[in-house]
Amino acid sequence: MNIQFIETGQVLTIKLKGELDHHSADEARVMIDEKINNERYNKLVIDLKGLDFIDSSGIGFVIGRYKVIRKRNGVIEIVNAGKKVRKILDMSGIGKIIKIK
Amino acid sequence: MHNNYVYIKIPSLSVNESFARAAVAAFCSSLNPTMNEISDIKTAVSEAVTNAVVHAYEDEIGEIEIQCRIKGQVVEIIIEDFGCGIADVEKAREPLFTTRPELERSGMGFSVMESFMDELVILSEKDVGTKVILRKKIVEKKQKTLNEEIDEENSEDNE
Repeated sequence: MNIQFIETGQVLTIKLKGELDHHSADEARVMIDEKINNERYNKLVIDLKGLDFIDSSGIGFVIGRYKVIRKRNGVIEIVNAGKKVRKILDMSGIGKIIKIK
Repeated sequence: MHNNYVYIKIPSLSVNESFARAAVAAFCSSLNPTMNEISDIKTAVSEAVTNAVVHAYEDEIGEIEIQCRIKGQVVEIIIEDFGCGIADVEKAREPLFTTRPELERSGMGFSVMESFMDELVILSEKDVGTKVILRKKIVEKKQKTLNEEIDEENSEDNE
């Protein structure tokens, strides 16, 4: 999986490209949390436009980042989820705690 | 017609999760599945293999066996490990139940398998292992005959 960071003021956008599963989530988690812990962001935007695959490990990953940013009183948002990705997101009920655009 | 099958044996390395789902998807392609059907199968296989990697063997590396069979229009995928087994299968099937929340497990694996496939069977014995059986019927698509294809090409040429 490819991860791209875009910083706009206190907003960190994370563009995920490829496949988000247990293996790639483990790698992404370390990179992203390091960035969140070293800077002062109040909002995390997870852009899923380039994501071809996600399973329940991906949901665990998103909830994990939600917890990390909430500890810092920040918010999280998911954008550009495709149809396949949306199916899992909707099933998980994650939309109740995280805004999905 | 002979029923087609494939056997795959892999060590429980997380890097093999993507290989396993891609290999099963490739094997199923002879049934001419839709993109949605393939996506559902890939997701379900990924869930079962990830369970074996994360839960069955925890901190050690064991073996995962994947058997994939095509019976008519039905694809049957058996994912087996020889790890710790599931203490309470009924509990494990409950949505959002997980034994490893500290690893950011969502507890949705079996729910995803159940909703994305037609059938999910879980056989597990403590310290022996777990066998997950997934079945899905691939909707038969009408094959065009050679004459129909030629007719279509001709009508396009005439337009």
